[in-house]
Amino acid sequence: MSLYVHRPGLLTTIQDRGRYGMQQYGIPVSGAMDASAPRIANALAGNNEEEAVLEVTLQGPEVSFEHGMLIAIAGGDLMPAINGMPVPMYRPVYVAQGARLTFRGCREGCRSYVAVAGGLDVPVVLGSRSTYLRAAIGGVEGRALKAGDRVGIRNGGCTLPGSSAYRLEQILALAASMAGQPFASVDWFAPPLADYRRKVIRIVPGTHYRYLTEESRNRLVRQPFAVAPQSDRMGYRLSAEELSLQAPLELLSEAVVNGTIQLPQDGQPIILLADRQTTGGYPRIAQVATADLPVMAQYKPGDRFGFQLVSHEEAERLLIDHEQDWIRLRMAISLKMKEWGR
Amino acid sequence: MAKKRDQHSEEPSVPDREVYELHPLGDAAVLIRLGDMIDRRTNERVNAIMAKLAQDPIPGMIECVPAYTSVTVHYDPIRVHKLHTRAVQPSGSLYDSVCAMLEERMASIGPAAQAASRIVEIPVLYGGEQGPDLQYVADYHGLSVEEVVQLHSGGDYLVYMIGFAPGFPYMGGLPPRLATPRRATPRTTIPAGSVGIGGAQTGVYSLATPGGWHIIGRTPLALFRPDGTPPSYLAAGDSVKFRSISEEEYDQLAQEVLA
Repeated sequence: MSLYVHRPGLLTTIQDRGRYGMQQYGIPVSGAMDASAPRIANALAGNNEEEAVLEVTLQGPEVSFEHGMLIAIAGGDLMPAINGMPVPMYRPVYVAQGARLTFRGCREGCRSYVAVAGGLDVPVVLGSRSTYLRAAIGGVEGRALKAGDRVGIRNGGCTLPGSSAYRLEQILALAASMAGQPFASVDWFAPPLADYRRKVIRIVPGTHYRYLTEESRNRLVRQPFAVAPQSDRMGYRLSAEELSLQAPLELLSEAVVNGTIQLPQDGQPIILLADRQTTGGYPRIAQVATADLPVMAQYKPGDRFGFQLVSHEEAERLLIDHEQDWIRLRMAISLKMKEWGR
Repeated sequence: MAKKRDQHSEEPSVPDREVYELHPLGDAAVLIRLGDMIDRRTNERVNAIMAKLAQDPIPGMIECVPAYTSVTVHYDPIRVHKLHTRAVQPSGSLYDSVCAMLEERMASIGPAAQAASRIVEIPVLYGGEQGPDLQYVADYHGLSVEEVVQLHSGGDYLVYMIGFAPGFPYMGGLPPRLATPRRATPRTTIPAGSVGIGGAQTGVYSLATPGGWHIIGRTPLALFRPDGTPPSYLAAGDSVKFRSISEEEYDQLAQEVLA
């Protein structure tokens, strides 16, 4: 069983948690830009958090479901609809056979994640299903989805018989068919883990922070930055009053990470994201706190935001808190699904 | 590493072998810096650390990335945190714990841990359609095309690191007489396998990408092998020799690669 793609949207790719262990061979990690939303979507669809999902960017695709199944949508609000009727996000949703999922526009955020029960089934390449366009690996033939694609689903798109997700699916399927509707959902929802309304991104000083001029250090935390149009999954280019170093630095290439903020000669910072190269040679002025990367990933070109410098310990604490929130949320989702599936 | 602790060791004390610094790279990676010069000695230290951590990884480690003068250790802070909360005396930051575990490993790296260098031969068809800039490089240096090929294929190259693109080797060892400033206007696409010279560096494009290097030849070998284990034909620490091949041999090898 599968998803059928009628229209691909602007950039719809298949992503999971990323391709690890291959960076020493120059292979980027990739994976979902917003690592937090797919976890929730997967949990709501009865999956493990590692399952591959659709990453939908700004203008969504039109896909239909070749049989009835449980799905969930999380992340940016691109106004999802099924057969033209708004469908709630952050909830398990049963979609009937043949129903069509569309996205009507961008209300908030940039990237929406669609999980389907079982998880998307594309070949695992170097340990991951994530699409990396530049090397044409992962996903569907290493590319973005296009019209006419049929994306397979693991376990035939079925929830595990006997599981609470399975019983929930049965109940919602019955509800949809009795109401004559193309979908049915529940009366509860899981809240997002990331604070997507946040306009201040927390950063820690990078290796070359101390080489910034004093004025630039002030600018870094006082002026707003805009996400430039050339931004993509590899990185966000920012535009603002330029930042400068006290003297040019000649650096040798070395490893960079998710959230590394580089400063090229033109003084406009670049934030490296999911599809970043494994190494880089520009000065690294700061690093985005990992806990704020999901928020960053939902900014779209033109969005303005600021930076706040925090200590390394604070960044670690934010991440631990985020993880604890996730563990609590996962338990709550599992309880709710059991309650509904009784 | 190679820190002299054993008084009975025969190994003479070499101060530069001991020096390293640890720096945070965000909240999920540590950079082990060994110096700031590109040289074979530093590369050997990089390789020794890579070998040590592959064999004896720290808890929570995800992967390590070697570079010219550093090794970066990516770790999962949440896994380190779990260790932390289980520890008898949880103290300090997660980063401090990671550093402590790394220092322990670094102290026990001996010269014996050095991995033996592989010698890898890369066949190259120089010039012609495959190497459109060979004549330019020759003219630039006042050499004949044959001399450029002889110099380039006569060099001993070392892969310092893989980066920029999947399987792309950063190599040292270009004969200084061949160093050529990059093209003023980069080409929009350079075929995979192209062998180029950019400044004092030489390398092989592992993917079709834009690039500003002078292209002097092409190898029929695939440097990026998504189906391979490992997926890169070359690895940091490899010694590379280029071998000049004929068109016939190129075609034959290219067919074997496809087969």
